Amino acid sequence: MREQEIFERLKSELGDDGVEFYDDKLSPFIKVYPVHIQKAAHFLHEQQGLQFDSLMSLTCVDYPDKFIIVYHLFSMRHLHKITLKVDVSKDNASVLSVENIWESANWFEREVYDLFGLRFEGHSNLIRIMLPDDWEGHPLRKDYQYPATYHGVPAG
Amino acid sequence: MQDYTTIVKNATSSIEEVIIGEEMLINMGPQHPSTHGVLNKVLKTDGEIIDEVFPQIGYLHRGLEKIAERLNYHQFIPYTDRIDYISAMNCNFAYALAIEKLAGIEVPKRADYIRVIMAELNRISSHLIFMGTMGLETGAFTPLLYGFREREEILDLFEMTCGQRLTYNYIRIGGVSADLPSGFIDKARSFCNLLEKRIKEYHNLLSYNRIFINRMANIGVLPQDLAIAYGVSGPNLRGSGVKWDLRKNEPYSVYPELEFDVPVGRGEVGTPGDSWDRYIVRMKEMEQSIRLIRQALDKIPDGEVRSKVPRLFKPPPGEVYVRAENPRGELGFYVVSDGSTNPYRLKIRAPSFSNLSAVPPISKGAMIADFVLLLGSFDIVLPEIDR
Repeated sequence: MREQEIFERLKSELGDDGVEFYDDKLSPFIKVYPVHIQKAAHFLHEQQGLQFDSLMSLTCVDYPDKFIIVYHLFSMRHLHKITLKVDVSKDNASVLSVENIWESANWFEREVYDLFGLRFEGHSNLIRIMLPDDWEGHPLRKDYQYPATYHGVPAG
Repeated sequence: MQDYTTIVKNATSSIEEVIIGEEMLINMGPQHPSTHGVLNKVLKTDGEIIDEVFPQIGYLHRGLEKIAERLNYHQFIPYTDRIDYISAMNCNFAYALAIEKLAGIEVPKRADYIRVIMAELNRISSHLIFMGTMGLETGAFTPLLYGFREREEILDLFEMTCGQRLTYNYIRIGGVSADLPSGFIDKARSFCNLLEKRIKEYHNLLSYNRIFINRMANIGVLPQDLAIAYGVSGPNLRGSGVKWDLRKNEPYSVYPELEFDVPVGRGEVGTPGDSWDRYIVRMKEMEQSIRLIRQALDKIPDGEVRSKVPRLFKPPPGEVYVRAENPRGELGFYVVSDGSTNPYRLKIRAPSFSNLSAVPPISKGAMIADFVLLLGSFDIVLPEIDR
């Protein structure tokens, strides 16, 4: 199924003000409003004919004014894919978790939490995954300050 | 990575329970022969039976994604060698594919064929290590020596091509760094003939060895739906019976012009999706790789091996997600360009990361000795998990 059709079906479920389609030549994507992400994910996962059973990748990009979470979805059954994006404001950096829909999101979301400091509401085990528990800051943020030492060991 | 004390706190309701109760927490790692790197598994056990597994990763975190933001597109290629050092060619390959798509760079046909030959040779060498270590895990030492003997020939081929034996930096954006040296094609052909005979030996020695089968069958059964939900890919997914190979289903480079089959696990000696199935899928993949290399050696055209790409180039603003079939599964690169010489964001979707996340749910109820096999059959590589 083409991206446009997937968008039309998602729009019929969420309404006009829930989603937007960006027909980028290289990689078209659907922008979903943060409040709808759970509903959209559930719809895409369950709906007959869509059945996105695989979350290939979940990551985040730090822009000057906002974070964007990027979901790359794929359907093993129907061999189509789609990219979802969710804008997250910098003041209240949190979004609903999709762990209950794709189990692979568990570790992906922990990684984003660890490296970007975004909170995923409803995540079962939101703790750091790469860095030590007492590490300060989130390295993949653009404004990250490199520490001079870690437990007395030079870190630069 | 999580502190050990936090894990203990989460795993047990009180510290007395650990001391007095039936359950015991065991640290398996970070230095352990079965981990293939620095990985700590905290096992919650009841006697010999595993109740829960808490993998602790991050010991090898080098911040590759942060480093990428500070380098230009060419400069990051040597770092891709270090994502999965056992199959560095495949990592170079996937990265080059991503950047070429982002910047719209054409690759000469000859370079495409060379890339496929190198990627498949590297796949074989990676699976040879897997076979050897799988033997070690079951207590058989000989297969490791056999595997390394053949791998040596592949490394010699790589060395004569690019001068390196482990981290190659050979597949570049727009092609490859140098043409094949004289004598390479003959040497590669004779290697294919040799390996074909040797794979039969491996089967006699290890694959269909009664002791090996009894150790491997019915251990760590990974059901299809669970594998897909956890994002498991590559031979581990095929071991569960899912006929899914990116070279076939989402073909890139010159794979559509070459013929090969996709082996899947059928539960020949046990349950579909058990450790033996994951093992045999890799052994059969080596045979398919030989087929691919032979065809590519026959069909390789003459011509340029690298299109002209400026040292500093600026891809137009945009983004791509490109994935390729690595020996361990789907390696994806998500690259965001803001129109400058460096990537704005580069995310590496490593196959072992998702593959390892599927280990805890299927190891509940396994014996500790079997867990070593179970983890070994997933063929994880730590630097690509931690990045």
